[in-house]
Amino acid sequence: MDDKLLIASRVAQELKPGTLVNLGIGLPTLVAGLVPADAHIFFQSENGIIGMQSMPEHGLEDDDLTDAGGRPISALPGAATFDSAMSFGLIRGGHLDVTVLGGLQVDRNGRLANWMVPGKMVPGMGGAMDLVTGARRVIVAMTHTAKGEHKIVDACTLPLTSSRCVDLVVTELAVLQPTPEGMVLKELAPGVSVAQVQAATGTPLIVPDHVPTMGAAA
Amino acid sequence: MSKTITVTDAVSRIPDGAVLMIGGFMGVGSPHRLIDEIVRQGKKGLTVIANDTARPGVAIGKLISARLVSKVIASHIGTNPETQAQMIAGELEVELSPQGTLAERVRAGGFGLGAVVTPTGVGTVVADGKRTIDIDGKAFLLEMPLRADFALVNARQADHIGNLAYALTARNFNPLIAMAADVVLAEPQEIVPVGVIPPDAVMTPSVVVTHIIAKESARG
Repeated sequence: MDDKLLIASRVAQELKPGTLVNLGIGLPTLVAGLVPADAHIFFQSENGIIGMQSMPEHGLEDDDLTDAGGRPISALPGAATFDSAMSFGLIRGGHLDVTVLGGLQVDRNGRLANWMVPGKMVPGMGGAMDLVTGARRVIVAMTHTAKGEHKIVDACTLPLTSSRCVDLVVTELAVLQPTPEGMVLKELAPGVSVAQVQAATGTPLIVPDHVPTMGAAA
Repeated sequence: MSKTITVTDAVSRIPDGAVLMIGGFMGVGSPHRLIDEIVRQGKKGLTVIANDTARPGVAIGKLISARLVSKVIASHIGTNPETQAQMIAGELEVELSPQGTLAERVRAGGFGLGAVVTPTGVGTVVADGKRTIDIDGKAFLLEMPLRADFALVNARQADHIGNLAYALTARNFNPLIAMAADVVLAEPQEIVPVGVIPPDAVMTPSVVVTHIIAKESARG
């Protein structure tokens, strides 16, 4: 299975029926297509909608109905639209059950850096700081390393997105849970060893006696 | 007295160096005719307060491409390489504000509140130079309200006295900025008689709208 699809499929298993979920741009967006339609998960897009679903049929796009990347979407029956203050009230006010975001670095305790690389890339934080600060549960969906560089580290060298620690990290190699004591290895991707994950990780892993295969425990 | 004026007249009232709040999210819900007219009239040294600067040549991106903007207050500029290039070259000052904080700063400016007190940004570079306040053992950042000389609002409908309704995700920052500027220019997609927008459906009451931008006849 493609790495990104593997990560997105595992994240999809974390989403519970009837919950409100916000997906970041890029890899997390794939998750929407992997949850069963009868799960009745409400997807929020922070530009102002709950109940978005994927692209309308070509030729049926509405210029005034888009996702946070400006791409055309459609709205499910029961959808709601609102202004940006309401959208972030939902996010910051504890009404958002889960946010799934990409990451540049995550430290051993779960602090996330995902919005800038000083001197190289300053896109702005957009909604990321509010999402990580306010969502009830934060899941980071990212590749385990970047061009051989560790992304899961002892301490982030990049500017933090929030002082709040994330709840779960899903990569193509493993599922990890940051804790005050350090990064716990929860699941291994099919065919991946503990040693492989440790070699790709820049902080000592806490490894339980039994580590199930990714997804099998769900 | 009619509030309706032409887009040319409306933009002629904006001086160089004005502070503008502009609606839209990646150009969706931006007042495109007002933006095009600002470019045509070549207003300079503008401060733009908006969620983002869209893409080069799109919506607010047109103002950036035409080098009419000297300062941007936004949550995201990553989709417009020209904004980043002008920032790196020192030609454009950029203040980044988390999106929810930006929305609340605009709201505070329009709603008469003295500050925004938010947990977002605590412990990050966003907190640099700002006061962190402890409330019942939890840390919050003190963020300042924003106001503007002009708000450039896109609406789905305006009635003849300026009540506004917005469309789907084109709403975004529009109803917020309509409260936070000295002069509010509303560019509706459609102008309808009073009463067509039912009171429950009015999202911005007419009293805050200074001018409605006249429709241009599709027949030329």
